[in-house]
Amino acid sequence: MNGGFRQPSILPGFGLTLGFTTFFLSAIVLLPLAALVVKATSMGWRDFIEVLTDPRAVASYRLSFGAALLAALINSVFGFVIAWTLVRYDFPGRKLIDALIDMPFALPTAVSGIALTAVFAENGWIGQYLAQLGIQVAYTWIGVVVALTLIGLPFVVRSVQPALLEVQHDLEDAAETLGAGRFYIFRRIILPTILPALLTGFTLAFARAVGEYGSVIFIAGNLPLKTEITPLLIVIKLEQFEYAAAAALGFIMLIMSFAMLLSINLLQAWGRRRLTASGR
Amino acid sequence: MAGGPNKALLAEIASRPGRDTIASNLIKWGFIAVSLAFLAALLFAPLITVFATALSKGWQMYIASFEDSDTLAAIRLTLTTAAIVVPLNTVFGICAAWAIAKFEFKGKSVLLTLIDLPIAVSPVISGLVYVLLFGVHGWFGLWLQEHDISIIYALPGIVLATMFVTFPYVARELIPLMQQLGNDEEEAAITLGAGGLMTFFRVTLPKVRWGLVYGVILCNARAMGEFGAVSVISGHIRGQTTTMPLHVEMLYNEYNFVGAFAVASLLTMLAVVTLVIKTLVEWRTGIRKH
Repeated sequence: MNGGFRQPSILPGFGLTLGFTTFFLSAIVLLPLAALVVKATSMGWRDFIEVLTDPRAVASYRLSFGAALLAALINSVFGFVIAWTLVRYDFPGRKLIDALIDMPFALPTAVSGIALTAVFAENGWIGQYLAQLGIQVAYTWIGVVVALTLIGLPFVVRSVQPALLEVQHDLEDAAETLGAGRFYIFRRIILPTILPALLTGFTLAFARAVGEYGSVIFIAGNLPLKTEITPLLIVIKLEQFEYAAAAALGFIMLIMSFAMLLSINLLQAWGRRRLTASGR
Repeated sequence: MAGGPNKALLAEIASRPGRDTIASNLIKWGFIAVSLAFLAALLFAPLITVFATALSKGWQMYIASFEDSDTLAAIRLTLTTAAIVVPLNTVFGICAAWAIAKFEFKGKSVLLTLIDLPIAVSPVISGLVYVLLFGVHGWFGLWLQEHDISIIYALPGIVLATMFVTFPYVARELIPLMQQLGNDEEEAAITLGAGGLMTFFRVTLPKVRWGLVYGVILCNARAMGEFGAVSVISGHIRGQTTTMPLHVEMLYNEYNFVGAFAVASLLTMLAVVTLVIKTLVEWRTGIRKH
């Protein structure tokens, strides 16, 4: 261990804790994921492609990724508005609202799933008014977007909030004194400062939404080719004992997760570099 | 007016918050209104619905839903699972935090990314991987069958899948906190002759205890509420392998809405308690958690 693997320290327990961490990580996470990769790659190229390009699978990617993208975009707009409201304005109940933002994170997904379905069903509190406008939310792709928006909201708000606190008020004041308009200040001072955080929040919300299962299956209707998400298709393949097909679909989703994790890390590194570059 | 500035006007200008207040106020209340409307539709309405539906047939029906033996079995299974998963992941989280926060070594960022991996992976995949390992056609399936050990569709599988999903939470809370606090005090303790364990319990733990509390509480909330991963691996055997979230689904699909939302109301209260503790921890430490 002395070959430059780690810097010397007088603190004890490095070997023990790192050893246990690596062992536990391998046993619980890495070995099972390896089983998935092996299963998916051992099925033969032609079968693999056939499973992945099945019309039902393709329709499920379109819904899973499309709805997740739309939900993340909605969250970027409303998440920014909420973060701005919580950081810049004082109003009765602000602290309570601030604490409740984490609710979708703590609430079991099955609960948010059945609750959203009840609210947005045709006889639900909100669904009945939308039905009069001819909009059906529950059991359509719109319902999927609604569920994924709820799931992703805390990620955007919690990413943007600390970044908004970093925006320097004196810069805004200076710009205003020099005659800059509100929108100009937003575009040239606020947006550049919070952009890495906003993108991180967007990616986190998107990554979470793509794999989401519990809150979606209740509100989606789950019609093949129409309102069936990819994780549900994996579950269906498993129930039919088509392990290889389930593994192939899982493999593709895993690759996507890796890619998104990587982009989140890069975005955060970019954000940190920008902060250091500006002298803070 | 002639001669000297108008003092009242100057004072008024000085008190202006930058721009004309009417537009500022419009924007302010517009932002607040949009935020509240968005949250009301998406968050508050569903939360209230849970309790409204659970109590829609009166208190007696609500209480009666918890007298059902399958519901009690589901609550017991969820508590058992959490009682196994949370301590194990807490020990893991502390070990990982010690190794990562206290030492500089090669491959640290890779290790950090791997620890975060379960958060980015779909819960369905977290269940699927164990089916591939321990299912009948899995790597160890035949061996397990010969030795009459059941992992899939039984408690061990549910525990493993839950462990996978809640793996990172304690470590993620502790690592940034311990990195921020530095090594000075631990190094002083060691120099003065304290052992490793004593240093941890007497020096490190008191400093990070609130972060640890929140990590454990969050891990517990996710463990009790996990749906996707457990759903894949549990087999949905009524009264035996259905945890509380799976029991909610089962009752809901049988159109027993009062029963489903009654169990859901327990899980909602768990989430509320989790958030209350989080808020208390933030007040105690003055450090913002994400």
